[in-house]
Amino acid sequence: MTLYSVIGAGVAGLAVATELAERGAEVQVFDPAGPPGPHGCSWWAGGMLAPWCEYENAEEPVLRFGQEAIGWWSKRTRVTKAGTLVVANKRDLPDMRRFARRTEGFAEVGREKVAALEPDLHGFGQGLFFEDEAHLDPRKALQDLYRGLVDKGVTFHKKIAPSGLENAIDCRGLSAREYLYDLRGVKGEMLIIRAPDVEITRPVRLLHPRIPLYIVPRGDGVYMLGATSIESEDSSRITARSMLELLSAAYALNPAFGEAEVLEIGVDLRPAFPDNLPRIRRLGRTIYANGLYRHGYLLAPALAKGVADLALHNIHSEMVDEDRA
Amino acid sequence: MGKSFYGVELPNPLMLGTAQYPSPAILEEAFRASGAGVATVSLRREGAGGAGQTFWQMIADLDVLVLPNTAGCHTVKEAVTTAHMAREVFDTKWIKLELIGHTDSLQPDVFQLVEAARILSEDGFEVFPYTTEDLIVGERLLEAGCEVLMPWGAPIGSGRGLNNTYALRAMRAEFPDVPLVVDAGIGLPSHAAAAMELGFDAVLLNTAVAKAGDPVAMAKGMMAAVEAGQMGFEADPIEARDMAEASTPVIGKAFLS
Repeated sequence: MTLYSVIGAGVAGLAVATELAERGAEVQVFDPAGPPGPHGCSWWAGGMLAPWCEYENAEEPVLRFGQEAIGWWSKRTRVTKAGTLVVANKRDLPDMRRFARRTEGFAEVGREKVAALEPDLHGFGQGLFFEDEAHLDPRKALQDLYRGLVDKGVTFHKKIAPSGLENAIDCRGLSAREYLYDLRGVKGEMLIIRAPDVEITRPVRLLHPRIPLYIVPRGDGVYMLGATSIESEDSSRITARSMLELLSAAYALNPAFGEAEVLEIGVDLRPAFPDNLPRIRRLGRTIYANGLYRHGYLLAPALAKGVADLALHNIHSEMVDEDRA
Repeated sequence: MGKSFYGVELPNPLMLGTAQYPSPAILEEAFRASGAGVATVSLRREGAGGAGQTFWQMIADLDVLVLPNTAGCHTVKEAVTTAHMAREVFDTKWIKLELIGHTDSLQPDVFQLVEAARILSEDGFEVFPYTTEDLIVGERLLEAGCEVLMPWGAPIGSGRGLNNTYALRAMRAEFPDVPLVVDAGIGLPSHAAAAMELGFDAVLLNTAVAKAGDPVAMAKGMMAAVEAGQMGFEADPIEARDMAEASTPVIGKAFLS
């Protein structure tokens, strides 16, 4: 039986390993950093399964592949299906009209409905409600995939994958860039805050012409606040400006966020190809699966299916852009 | 013939910004499809330690003239530092000098602008100042060493078009030999055409293209518009009149038929 070696235990690697293992393949995983943790950028993700919202500024495959994600994740981790609420300050309402024109799958809601959905949002008279969207806790999701794989007998090697592996699948994100000439890093910064006085139950996006931001509830008064998107490959630390923008967004949603505790600051680089869509590339004995950009959880299921189709059945999904086996 | 921008004649009158596109691939396609000859690029935020390298390389690979900018700078010192970094990264003396004076309107701080323009010009930079339509400020910028002026059409990103055509026309008349660029505020191709019809030498825009539903189509539309406006200006258009003037004389017509 063929043994597949998945390299990298972030969301891409774990989803690929899961898909292969569930289809009956024999799989091992290599990651020198060990089980999922803060070393990988998927640890810092928002965990929104929001294909309709993302479609506003992304290519069509994000909408199509993204819709598979909610079902895929629901079978493997806890997914909260509470929708997404999009709001804007009064002066930025043109941005909301623009947002609405560019996507689908929402209902326009007025002051009463906004207040009914999220009583703790202050002063928003209009919104867009994307009822079919969902969210998950990324760290929990990674751990659930990890445990599921261990239960299936998948071996995790806490070391660098040996060179010359047959049937390798490289899911290392930006660490694989020496093999992927057109991969770049896009800096993202986020905060995790605790504000027990504020109760928001679903992801809320605050539109702004320059700095659109979102907040995702993680339960127990903990919120993820994200995320900047900067064409920079410096992941050393957050800038004061980004921190100000993130916190101002939270403050605009409810001034009580001013009393929140800042629990964590996350900075990392999203791996992205020029069109910001993921790719599957087979070069020699290695399949590269990469470029999830800001859509790690949204597109990992489709990426994993594409890899499994290629590895097991030699079927080329549309994510495969090069095959030089 | 187009005016010279510090010794360079632009291939066409469209300058495009490179921020806020859905992806670098769409940015590249917008440039290729429109043929825009100048790309402005911001360094302030992407800056630290040359970390924007991959993105900057993409801009350099567009094979157009690169005009780095100091977007996001609020003080002379910041702007001067950013300009020096830009010169290193893009190996160009050109700098679009932007000094923001007001957070909400992103209105230029013209006092600091003149000072920074003088410092940079003395240091060998070729400065493209983002300014208002004020004639005296324009004069001061020229005295400070600028050979190009870039007045706003409307606040950055507002898409309102030319807020003050009277003043822009006056600026054109006041500085007949200086290359003038309408920078900021353009939302529609008709706005860009209107700027060119006033006799401006180029139009610089970003949001109108980057945030359009189809950035590539909008970039092409903008190019068609600036070319149409330029041809219209150069063709010496007719004066508007209050009454009709038939293109065929009517008097005497009955006698001839």
